[in-house]
Amino acid sequence: MMPALAMYVATQLVHLSAVDVVIIAFYFGLVLAIGFYLRGRANTGEDFFMAGREMTAWVAGLSFLSANLGALELMGWAGSAYQYGILATHWYWIGAIPAMLFLALVMMPFYYISKTHSVPGYLKLRFGEPSRALSAVSFAFMTVLMSGVNMFAMAKVMQIVLGWDINFSIWVSSLTVAIYVTLGGLRSAIFNEVLQFFLIWAGALLIPILGLYEAGGWTNLKLQIAARSSEQYVHLWSGLGSFTSNPMGIHWTGIVFGLGSVISMGYWTTDFLVVQRILAAKDIRSAEMAPIIGAGFKMLVPIIVILPGLLGLAVLPMKLVPESIAAATGAHSYNDVLPLMLARYCGPGLLGLGITALIAGFMSGMAGNVSAFTTVWTYDIYRPLINSKGTDHHYVNMGRWTTVIGVLISVGTAYLVMQFASIMDYVQALFSFFIAPLFGTVILGMLWKRATGAGGFWGLLCGTLSSIGMWAWVKLDPTALRYVALSPHAKALAQDMYQALWSFIVCVIVTVVVSMATKPVPASELTGLVYGETKIPSIGDVPLYQKPLFWASVVVVVFFVLNIIFW
Amino acid sequence: MISIWFFIGISLAVNGALICGAGIYQVINPPVNPNVVLFNLHANVWWGAVLLVIGLFYCAKFAPRRQA
Repeated sequence: MMPALAMYVATQLVHLSAVDVVIIAFYFGLVLAIGFYLRGRANTGEDFFMAGREMTAWVAGLSFLSANLGALELMGWAGSAYQYGILATHWYWIGAIPAMLFLALVMMPFYYISKTHSVPGYLKLRFGEPSRALSAVSFAFMTVLMSGVNMFAMAKVMQIVLGWDINFSIWVSSLTVAIYVTLGGLRSAIFNEVLQFFLIWAGALLIPILGLYEAGGWTNLKLQIAARSSEQYVHLWSGLGSFTSNPMGIHWTGIVFGLGSVISMGYWTTDFLVVQRILAAKDIRSAEMAPIIGAGFKMLVPIIVILPGLLGLAVLPMKLVPESIAAATGAHSYNDVLPLMLARYCGPGLLGLGITALIAGFMSGMAGNVSAFTTVWTYDIYRPLINSKGTDHHYVNMGRWTTVIGVLISVGTAYLVMQFASIMDYVQALFSFFIAPLFGTVILGMLWKRATGAGGFWGLLCGTLSSIGMWAWVKLDPTALRYVALSPHAKALAQDMYQALWSFIVCVIVTVVVSMATKPVPASELTGLVYGETKIPSIGDVPLYQKPLFWASVVVVVFFVLNIIFW
Repeated sequence: MISIWFFIGISLAVNGALICGAGIYQVINPPVNPNVVLFNLHANVWWGAVLLVIGLFYCAKFAPRRQA
């Protein structure tokens, strides 16, 4: 252990060697070097906030995927795989792939043609200022709070895994992110997300390879899991016929209609954090191909996330327990499964790379949050509501300052969470309130000409309030779960599915009713914004293998084959 | 402008060299109590070598001079 770090170390899950520390230090040096290199290429608003709209399909696609591939995602879903078995894969397949393809083929043309800077920006064009203000303020506020919550959670993980002091983790990571995003803007964030993508695969792929070798292959792994837990831990769909026949306590309707049709659609098509990466694509074909490339790789992510969790069930000598029991007994929790597997197989060097992958995942997630916050604040709040007469240079400076302030608010939130742990649950719940109704508003705006400004605004507001209402109802009276999630046995994830589904339905009903009661928007004002009033631009005369529709079809076929194989 | 793939090449090559080097050192000086399972496979040697080769390939293919 290097002396400089030794002072921060108390007790830890894994021990780093000198070469591990060099690998981690090299990562920090590289991301800062990228930030300084890109400093001169972020002088205009388009450069700083939209990366010059010159990203290729591959860069935009991998960045789009990486924005969702943070360290907490990796560790949390590996823990969920240990807890719920292969069912956790639904969040990577049906909970992502259809939505990504829908974004690529149906929604992307409208985002792209409208040349909007953000999702709230599209709402302004389609429904007017009130909808944008509601969406922008809620997004900006929640994004920066979520960033702080994730910062604290990651610092806590670093304390548990490596023994690092929480203050050290928070300040080193946040200052690094602040420097490289302030210097290079969105382009810098995207570059580091693509770098993170490679580091995660390089650092995590050995775990399933060596794990399957130790377990004796997939067939033997299934037998061992069935012997230790239940056969249902290795089936995706066969146990979803009733709420009680699977480890998650969920019915297939919750997975298909809640997760696959609402939550994932909301997240992957309207969460500006991920959509911003696609808006930076250089042309319409790249913008359509990027989510398809992301979908192709998303289908592979369970190899490095779900499989380690399943392998943990079979090969780890100890039994992992829920977080609450772990805190009381000192045992390892479900969420420790990935670091435990990392420590099990990875010697000097490999361990450093694995830890670097986790740090990179966390930092690029934070950079994504901060860059999205900066864009929404500058373009959707500051410019329309506070100062509409600034120069482009003024808004770029505002973006740089907002980046620093966003990081500082995140740090402040992290310290607030440190004092009041329950804030973390509230912030995570709050964030989910906006996703499903926002999807309802955006999709009706894109596909239904009759939707009006008032309909869009009231639908979004009522959908969001209904989601908050259901959450508060269950919080105050846990027996209400039988109504919200259709079963008293439903677990937290199942509740989220149904809560999203109902709030989406409320949003759609209110939007339709209010729209029908208000004056239609003239067709001339809907050009470029709504299906039926927009000429979708051609992607050009390209060969079959360059057509987005062809690759989307390939992804669909693979998606069905995988679901059948693991049925 | 330097390609993002060049930066990725540098990252993979440097990490690969460090990991492979650490693995070779352990082959030459095996620890008394290796604290990893399947130590006999020397994963850091071949995995580091794989990363090094991929990294060098990216560095060569996307080197700034070739972009000009």
